[in-house]
Amino acid sequence: MIDNPKTGMTLIVKTITRLTVGLILLFGIYIILHGHLSPGGGFAGGVIVALSFVHLMLAFGKDVAISKVSKNLASNLESIGALMFLSIALLGFLGGSFFLNILPKGTPFNLFSAGIIPLCNIAIGIKVGVGLFAIFLTLVIVEKSK
Amino acid sequence: MTLYFLCLMLFCVGLYGVLRKRNLVKIIVGLGIMEYAMNLFFVLLGYRFDGRAPIVARDQNILNMVDPLPQALVLTSIVIGLAVTALIISIAIRIYEKYGTFDITKIKKLKG
Amino acid sequence: MELHILLIFMIFAAIVAIEVKDLLSSVIAVGAVGFALCLAFLILKAPDLAITQLVVEILCLIILIRATINKDLPLVIEGRWIFNTVSTLSFIAVFLLFAWLALKELPGFGEPIMAVVKKYLQEGVSKTGSVNIVTAVILDFRAYDTLGEATVLFTSVIGIMAILRRPGRKKRE
Repeated sequence: MIDNPKTGMTLIVKTITRLTVGLILLFGIYIILHGHLSPGGGFAGGVIVALSFVHLMLAFGKDVAISKVSKNLASNLESIGALMFLSIALLGFLGGSFFLNILPKGTPFNLFSAGIIPLCNIAIGIKVGVGLFAIFLTLVIVEKSK
Repeated sequence: MTLYFLCLMLFCVGLYGVLRKRNLVKIIVGLGIMEYAMNLFFVLLGYRFDGRAPIVARDQNILNMVDPLPQALVLTSIVIGLAVTALIISIAIRIYEKYGTFDITKIKKLKG
Repeated sequence: MELHILLIFMIFAAIVAIEVKDLLSSVIAVGAVGFALCLAFLILKAPDLAITQLVVEILCLIILIRATINKDLPLVIEGRWIFNTVSTLSFIAVFLLFAWLALKELPGFGEPIMAVVKKYLQEGVSKTGSVNIVTAVILDFRAYDTLGEATVLFTSVIGIMAILRRPGRKKRE
């Protein structure tokens, strides 16, 4: 299906996309995980992850992207991200209040530090990335089916 | 002060587009420009002369950081703006399918 | 000084985006406004905002072009053109007058008040362990704001899926 010349763009675009789409996804995950050390965070990294899937869809046509992440999987993952963020917030009640940072802080400038902040970044990254990809998927599919 | 007034001029260009234009896409573009101007105004209020970015460095003590609170508020506002723009565009696509035009004066059935 | 040049460029690009006849050109001009805004965030020492604005602008351009391609229509100019334009411009003039009066009460550019933020800057690293103060503010000190943002994004996705769903069965007569 990937090498079908009928769907998607030309061969040059497909080859370049095959080389770069993994790097874009990896860069998004890096931005999410290092949100408490460097500029970035859940919002920017999530949008970059969504852009990698949009890149795949624009180059190869919509079938390849749907075989990676279908619409039901996207909406389920978005709900899981939202529930994960809310449950992290509710875990603070173990220490006494909403959104309390109950995990150990660690030493600053380390990757595993800052308590719940990396977990919150991962939850927001899943939620924003998959949510924006679901929006784009819905816009494309409905226009094609009419 | 001049920067604040230029930022307001940008807001007014967007406001003119929303109030005056008849094409639905032009109205969406005007809303986007108003949103950009508002985000820029928040960040302008928090700037400080000779300030540094609000990230602590490892082996030096930085005292003159810019205000991080407007940046934190605007960071959520940008993503919300994208979601709201996508929602408006989906409504515009449905209107185009039903009436075949983007001109808001031709959409008679919305008048009731 | 470079901020003035960037803002004047943004105003000109916005006027082009509002006034040009072709819809695709209008969308690309609003993209120019967004990228100039990204540069302005970099000059104002906000790298988080610059990254987010850059990627959000790319996705917004893709969605806008997807919506407007092949759907061009000429703008018709009918009667009462002078009346509409004059009333809109007078409304904007009144708005600018009141905004000018209100701007005098704000603190000047480059000298923010920073009443609350002093505490965040002093105790941010020791209380949260996060080096990036912006992340510490949005995920620890003011996390309710982020929770509200997550709710708005969730509602928006549900709204788009409800509006653009395939039409169901027809009603039985």
